[in-house]
Amino acid sequence: MFKVLTALSLAWTPSLGRAADDEFDKSVAALRAVGGEGQGNLAAGQAMQRLAKSRAVTLPALLSAMDGANPFAANYIRGAVDVIVGNTLAKGGQLPMVELGEFLLKKSHDTKPRALAFDLIRRVDAESAEQLVPGFLGDPSVDLRREAVTRLIGQATGLVKSDNKPAAVLLYRQALDAARDLDQIQSISGELRELGRKVNLTRHFGFLVNWQMAGLFHNKDRAGFAEVFGPEENSNLSASYNGMDGKVKWQPYSTDDEYGMVDFNKPYGDLKEVTGYAQTEFFSGSDRPAELRLGCKNAWKVWLNGELVFGRDEYHRGMRIDQYKLPVQLKKGSNTILVKACQNEQVEDWTVQWQFQLRVCDATGTAIHSAAKKNPEVAAK
Amino acid sequence: MKKLLLTFTFAALANGGAAGDWPGFRGPLGNGVSDEVGLPVALDAKKHIAWRIDLPGRGLSSPLVVGDRVFVTASGGTRQDRLQILCLNAADGSVIWQRQFWAMGSTVCHDKTSIAAPTPVTDGRRLFAIFSSNDLFCLDLDGNLEWLRGLTFDYPNARNSLGMASSLVLAGGVLIAQVENDSESFTAGLSKKDGVNLWKIDRPKSANWTTAMVQKTKSGREWVLLQSGKGIHAVNPKSGEVAWHYADGASTIPSSTLAAGVLYVPSHGVTALELAADGKSFRQRWRSSRLRPDTASLLVHHDRVYSLNSAGVLGCGDAASGQRLWQLRLDGPFGGSPAVADNHLYAFNEKGTVQVVDLSTPEGRIAGEMELGEMIQCSPAISNGALYVRSNKRIWKIAHKTQL
Repeated sequence: MFKVLTALSLAWTPSLGRAADDEFDKSVAALRAVGGEGQGNLAAGQAMQRLAKSRAVTLPALLSAMDGANPFAANYIRGAVDVIVGNTLAKGGQLPMVELGEFLLKKSHDTKPRALAFDLIRRVDAESAEQLVPGFLGDPSVDLRREAVTRLIGQATGLVKSDNKPAAVLLYRQALDAARDLDQIQSISGELRELGRKVNLTRHFGFLVNWQMAGLFHNKDRAGFAEVFGPEENSNLSASYNGMDGKVKWQPYSTDDEYGMVDFNKPYGDLKEVTGYAQTEFFSGSDRPAELRLGCKNAWKVWLNGELVFGRDEYHRGMRIDQYKLPVQLKKGSNTILVKACQNEQVEDWTVQWQFQLRVCDATGTAIHSAAKKNPEVAAK
Repeated sequence: MKKLLLTFTFAALANGGAAGDWPGFRGPLGNGVSDEVGLPVALDAKKHIAWRIDLPGRGLSSPLVVGDRVFVTASGGTRQDRLQILCLNAADGSVIWQRQFWAMGSTVCHDKTSIAAPTPVTDGRRLFAIFSSNDLFCLDLDGNLEWLRGLTFDYPNARNSLGMASSLVLAGGVLIAQVENDSESFTAGLSKKDGVNLWKIDRPKSANWTTAMVQKTKSGREWVLLQSGKGIHAVNPKSGEVAWHYADGASTIPSSTLAAGVLYVPSHGVTALELAADGKSFRQRWRSSRLRPDTASLLVHHDRVYSLNSAGVLGCGDAASGQRLWQLRLDGPFGGSPAVADNHLYAFNEKGTVQVVDLSTPEGRIAGEMELGEMIQCSPAISNGALYVRSNKRIWKIAHKTQL
């Protein structure tokens, strides 16, 4: 990486000289070395002071240095970028627009510095920036993608006003395919439905709707969250467990909620101080990284293929789509997702819900759909 | 312009700020009381809105003022994941510098609040800004990043799906970050120099939006008074050790206030705790269920304790006994806390109306009113003859235009 940074800084800062390049590289390396709990902050702060004096020509190299950087390092480098840009523009200087644009257009770079490059271009030359927007429709950056979707929505709205509804439908469809932000998705789907078209939001998001449920287990004094009940030790669908009211077996559950809400209250009734489990099988066409995205206002734990992914003991503080983004590695073939949901003792109206929604997607929020089980190659473990 | 209150000024300077500065949540002493005199009372938008500036994102954090600079945070972007810190020229509101960082923690919160909910703090040389995502940034006053922390990145269950709001405080030369929630709940003392943990203590597992008070003893020693649903813990800011615990519970929304060695706690209404001179103990002085605050924090001024209840009624009690003296109905609701200057209480409601109450009259009197037209949930800053207040979209300077 150090060689890469050196090469980049030489490429972008030919006038700085060898010593300045070394200084630049050392400073960037100090920022990239920052870790958790403030490790490396002192050296990073000193490096920031040095980098802040850099010229605008170094900006593409700084953006490149964000590739693969941890969030702390990316923010440090961003801090340096802001200072350099502010100083340059205040003095009437110019940003290296072509190089920033080339950086932006190279999709192999990380999404955040690419979006930052776009912001810098737009800040200086809004007209040129606008011309780049149509190319962002399928972009890995959700921020850039949003710009393109906004543009399409505007065009489609114009077509509706000019009574060209067929063309509007097609543009809205195109926008919906690209949209990853909830507000845009809901806006577009609303327009399409107004135009008499069907929209399958469940599929668009990739919510998992077919589950097996096991309950009831206790959650007296909220102790059920930590207690290991039978499904955590053996999630075999033929297994039975000792529950709070006798033997517990897995039972099929499907939801027809558009947003994939899995509601424990439906099979079990509005109960308090209880724990339930839901599991489903997800078929992946390949070994691949993915995100399990969960919305839940109860205490919860999620396992993938028997490994605990994450858990959180918070009750009734609100629920959102994609409230929790859990990076995981799917294996080719069958993957078992197990969810534990605990309901607490609160009795207020807003504490009735005992539910969750879960989808599988990539880092941009693009749904990953379970592959067909009947495909023997995919189903093979 | 400034009344020379020696003790007040001394305390402000000891904390690193200069007289007239507003360096943190609810001002120099964290109690919402300013020594300014001559602020506008009979408010008139044409005469008293010195400037109004659009902000690049949402927020309900309070502005800070250091000298001729105003600092304010905001959260922008679709997911409120663009954390903004702005430095404005107090004279005209122009942007001196603006920094943006990416959120590293959760940006999920209730629609009514925002990721820029906690108020930053400054020691007069550095600005420390924390967001609901528990991302913390230290910059010098010229906008150079000195260090940063991602407290939810470090401690992944330290978050609140409704949003966090406890503001930072400085005590004993240590930066205190109260990150209290239902799960991984803690308070940490951080080095101002590089942000590393000097100490980190477990805190009650319950959502908490209050801000700590700082008691300074005559010997100069400081104690952090942490409020939670479990009451008040007095903590040594250098070590995190607990000196005493008032265990009879307290609110998790409005914060306590400290005046003349007495801590007024939103607990069973209001409970007054007389703190020992060395800060190592306390004794309960009185309790009043008739001064119960809603969201706005308590305020004590000239031996009177003031609270705003859920009906928007301003209650005034005797600070020595807790006896309620009078009530005055204001137009609420109030999401932010009021501030006092020159015997006038300034209360900004969620409809965007500022109401000025003359506290020198026997039962309080509304002496001024002005519409800002946008929901205000922050507590105002008062500095150098002006009030500063912000909405989700804008920040205002309210002052006599002739004095600009």
